[in-house]
Amino acid sequence: MAATEEIRGVGHSVKRLEDARFIRGKGTYFDDITLPGMLHLEFMRSPFAHARITSIDTARAEAVDGVVAVVTGELLAQHNLAWMPTLSGDTQAVLATDKVRFQGQEVAAVIAESAYIAKDAVELIDVDYEPLEAITTPQRALEDGAPVIRDEKEGQADNHIYDWEAGDKETTDKAFAEADKVVELDTFYPRCHPAPLECCGCVADVNAATGKATIYMTSQAPHAHRTLFALVAGLPEHKIRIISPDLGGGFGNKVPIYPGYVVATAASLLIGRPVKWVEDRTGNLISTGFARDYHMHGELALKDGRITGLRVKMLSDNGAFFSDAQPTKCKAGLFHIVTGSYDIPAAHVVTEGAYTNKAPGGVAYRCSFRVTEASYLIERLVQTAAYEIGVDPVEFRKQNFIRPEQFPYKSATGFTYDSGDYAAAMDLALEKLGYEEMRREQEEARAEGKLIGIGVASFTEVVGAGHGADYDIAGLRMNDGAELRIHPTGKAVLKLSVKSQGQGHETTFAQIVAEELGLQPEDVEVQEGDTDNTPYGLGTYASRSTPVSGAATAMVSRRIRAKAQKIAAHLLEASEDDLEWEGGRFVVRGAPEKSKTIADVAFAAYTNVPEGMEGGLEGVYYYDPPNMTYPFGTYAVVVEIDRGTGVWKVRRCVAVDDCGVRINPMIVEGQIMGGLTEGFAIAAMELIDFDEDGNCIGANFVDYLIPTAWETPKFELGETVTPSPHHPLGAKGVGESATVGSPAAFVNAVVDALAHAGVRNLEMPVTSGKVWAALQEAGLAE
Amino acid sequence: MTETAVETGRYTHPVTVTVNGAARSAEIETRLLLVHFLRERLGLTGTHVGCDTTNCGACTVLVDGTPVKSCTMFAVQVDGSEVTTVEGLAPAGGLSPVQEGFHVEHGLQCGFCTPGMMVAATALLAENPDPSEDEIRWALSGNICRCTGYQNIVKAVQYAAAKGKEA
Amino acid sequence: MYPARFEYHAPASVDNALEILERYGDEAKVLAGGQSLIPLMKLRFASPRALVDINRIAGLDSIQEDDGFLSIGALVRHRDCERSEALQGRFGVLGDAAPQISDPIVRNRGTVVGSLAHADPQGDWGSALLAAGGQLEVVSSGGTRTIPLDELFQGPFTTSIQPNEIATAVQIPDPGARAGGTYLKLERKVGDYATVGVAVHLSFDNGTVGRAGIALTGVGPRNLRAETAEAALAGAELNDDTIKAAAELAAEAAQPRRDERGSADYKRSVVRVFTERGLRKVAETATA
Repeated sequence: MAATEEIRGVGHSVKRLEDARFIRGKGTYFDDITLPGMLHLEFMRSPFAHARITSIDTARAEAVDGVVAVVTGELLAQHNLAWMPTLSGDTQAVLATDKVRFQGQEVAAVIAESAYIAKDAVELIDVDYEPLEAITTPQRALEDGAPVIRDEKEGQADNHIYDWEAGDKETTDKAFAEADKVVELDTFYPRCHPAPLECCGCVADVNAATGKATIYMTSQAPHAHRTLFALVAGLPEHKIRIISPDLGGGFGNKVPIYPGYVVATAASLLIGRPVKWVEDRTGNLISTGFARDYHMHGELALKDGRITGLRVKMLSDNGAFFSDAQPTKCKAGLFHIVTGSYDIPAAHVVTEGAYTNKAPGGVAYRCSFRVTEASYLIERLVQTAAYEIGVDPVEFRKQNFIRPEQFPYKSATGFTYDSGDYAAAMDLALEKLGYEEMRREQEEARAEGKLIGIGVASFTEVVGAGHGADYDIAGLRMNDGAELRIHPTGKAVLKLSVKSQGQGHETTFAQIVAEELGLQPEDVEVQEGDTDNTPYGLGTYASRSTPVSGAATAMVSRRIRAKAQKIAAHLLEASEDDLEWEGGRFVVRGAPEKSKTIADVAFAAYTNVPEGMEGGLEGVYYYDPPNMTYPFGTYAVVVEIDRGTGVWKVRRCVAVDDCGVRINPMIVEGQIMGGLTEGFAIAAMELIDFDEDGNCIGANFVDYLIPTAWETPKFELGETVTPSPHHPLGAKGVGESATVGSPAAFVNAVVDALAHAGVRNLEMPVTSGKVWAALQEAGLAE
Repeated sequence: MTETAVETGRYTHPVTVTVNGAARSAEIETRLLLVHFLRERLGLTGTHVGCDTTNCGACTVLVDGTPVKSCTMFAVQVDGSEVTTVEGLAPAGGLSPVQEGFHVEHGLQCGFCTPGMMVAATALLAENPDPSEDEIRWALSGNICRCTGYQNIVKAVQYAAAKGKEA
Repeated sequence: MYPARFEYHAPASVDNALEILERYGDEAKVLAGGQSLIPLMKLRFASPRALVDINRIAGLDSIQEDDGFLSIGALVRHRDCERSEALQGRFGVLGDAAPQISDPIVRNRGTVVGSLAHADPQGDWGSALLAAGGQLEVVSSGGTRTIPLDELFQGPFTTSIQPNEIATAVQIPDPGARAGGTYLKLERKVGDYATVGVAVHLSFDNGTVGRAGIALTGVGPRNLRAETAEAALAGAELNDDTIKAAAELAAEAAQPRRDERGSADYKRSVVRVFTERGLRKVAETATA
């Protein structure tokens, strides 16, 4: 055993252990799984956004050779399965019964010997619809006399879902009354979609003989899903095993429970054979958890150049069912983080949610529970304010940043920011960009008729949900766990309640154990996703894996190390107090040749424990975070605009992130670049739109635009490190920082190129056509 | 393959194709897409399906050395051809320079686009062993990745190109 | 994602292919690249009773100049055009269009002739070939005929090719010793249809323009020729003024409609800008 080999723990860019199977094409995604006797499920989806169903005739479909069953809402209703509860306390149709409420909604399902045959049969299902007015905006939804979408809900007389407020009206009104300048911005964060490359799906296998349901499914939260399945389907929880295998991306799309999972499981139960549901891309885009769709109005009160108050009104378009997975105490997620990186003494946030005839959702796509929306609003507001009062946008931000000495910082909407040094991140970003020089170049270019823009965004994120008393989803506390066992030969298995969809948990979490116990990461096998085999938790989304399960992993490792110290003392015939933990081994103080590794201790744990001590070397820890963590950063973007076409190209994209301690810098940078790309895409091209009849435009990759390597900018990354004072490793989480912070940076850059001509706002996606219209109006078009 | 019998319309067809060096034969439906043939009939699940409009490239394989989107070909069309999937990029037990590059340069996260991406990259380097960054991005513009932001994928291909030059 | 059933034929000769087509009336489709047809079949927007796969037929895959024409065979892929030196220079309108068709992997299978026969109103090749004055060679059991591109497109996805005919090549007349062209395409990302596409193809007679071809993508019910712009350039010198004037006329000829890619005004303006840029490029390169 190499005694002096450096332990590749926290801070090392360990090459990923999970790569081995993926680069050989040997990953196991759910659609790679085939079970004997397996059947295939295809949905029939509604062509209408809002219509009454007057009849469904499945006779022709049932007659197709190879079809085993055709399931309708009526059939499910007989088993009390036509409707299911959502994670937001609402109900959602599994298969439509009375009405269809969005285009693409599931109306019937065919179970057949092959997907091809199932699709043949879907074409033969006859449905009669009576179209109703399609409500395509929340404004229309809330008008007097608008048709009630959820007329099946007792007591629902309109399309209103919720009201929710944060902050303090009185102090905020006072700040605005005393302001010497008020800056306003109306902006819309459009509906987009996480669109992971692997769509959703499952293989449901209900074994009639044992009564056990094994469901392979695309789930970012297998334990929560299992509990909900037990409650919904009436199957005993210990008889449900959910296995979330390799996932081809998630980004929040694989958090909700979709009708496909329920119908496949019910079908398997009723038929007695496994049933596979493979969603196609159209189904994914048209019916699964979309993101954003927030209509926002923000106002900043300024006095002597400082921000003294923030007022926000927000109207949320939640689609036909309120199905968001978010902490139950927050109807608008963590949107009230909207004071962002700024020391704003008074804030008042008023939010309202409405039903529309669109797919349900809203909390998704690396949003950290609506932090993307909040960050976008404040960074666009601050930019606008800077132009209005004639101050450089960077200077204005710095003048209003929360200062390092103010941490922990209690915000006007109730958050306690753990740590931060916003000016340091900003300064590093500006240095990397060469900000002063860029401003000079911008001015020179303008003289030549070239349009260059420099946009900056300084975001503060809030992740790591969360403290049990404050954070629960459907009542389940958001505490996640880690279970660690060291084997006799010094290798280990770590089981987690979270679930990677590409974030590299098999490597980073092994590195945490490496750091704490002196094993190498390759000696630690990380397991996730199987509810029979892992500790309970709420899963991976909202950048919570490192803050919660990462902390749990550190804590359980320390518990094990504490026991190991006793065993080591026993082996070394020394007192526990005389031992030091150094370089991955227990060393007798003053006698460095007397030492034991964890491997030595592990062997002893099964062969030679001290008298009276319980054998084995393992533990489980459920971590209740004392607070959220607050990653932050500054992104700086330079764009150039083609005055003839309105096309804007990114010349530079500098990203400085501070996510506290970085467990694996290589993986952290990968997360950031992925997030920057999504942020760029949202700013430039991604859009799920609807025409006046509620037809969804953006239900396939022809219309829903995802950038390729050709459009995607190159990124220059930097870091500052401000550890989280309350996290055992000082780590904060980073998965969503770039999607949160970057859209405003891109939009600010394009606006900045035109700001000298009075342009203040462009709405996302900032298409070349919108830029051209602004150029025209400003007299700058070619 | 000989001409089909003109007198009958056939919904099924025999196909004999060399896949990753091994001859495979089957009687299949004419409508069976190549990607489904590979995944379900041959059990080669490394090639993935990511969309339904021929945009994403997750299904990319080599047909007679040329990258094609296997979701937009019928399996019967490759009768008599040679198909290479991700499973055949390297001899058993080994890794190709492209595969190694993706690992070393962290060019993958969820791994779903990776097989198609590596196949496209392999074909690029076969035609252009020393591509510029622009040429790499251009050649891979038929393959979508949601996770990486492409920058490390570019590095992975550059790694493989450099290795190829050493060889 | 799963097409309906169809009967499949893979003939080894054109004669055999024609024979098969005759038997099916209008219920069979020719399969060449399949990059437009197969996606439609997967979504069940097209469910032909039979497919006649012509990929096994020899002799259809060459690009050659002879008899005063550049001839591109039915099995020439977009990627072949991208890499062909014959499509540079005088035939630059084709060489510049080729790399902008769809994405590089689709270009490995899709064919030029197939694109023309498919007649997508937003297809790029239609404009490039209209500008170049191309004609489609089609064969049937009755013989061979040519269809000028101007007469080919009858409407969206509809051409004057008869059900019992197979398009075997597209032919472009020799533009003369001094000629040049280009294709500019505004697309939101690689693989998208054109927001606006402009093809220009000019022949020169001494210092002045002989024949001018200007055709537009994405700004009308089908690919459009900007005839008044063409006429204004014919016989004229190519300079700043004539270029600007032609660009204005081309913009006027466009019939754009508002959609997800932009407003009508926007598209019309891009037609003007692209026509100007395209003509300038030809002025620089072709008359050098």
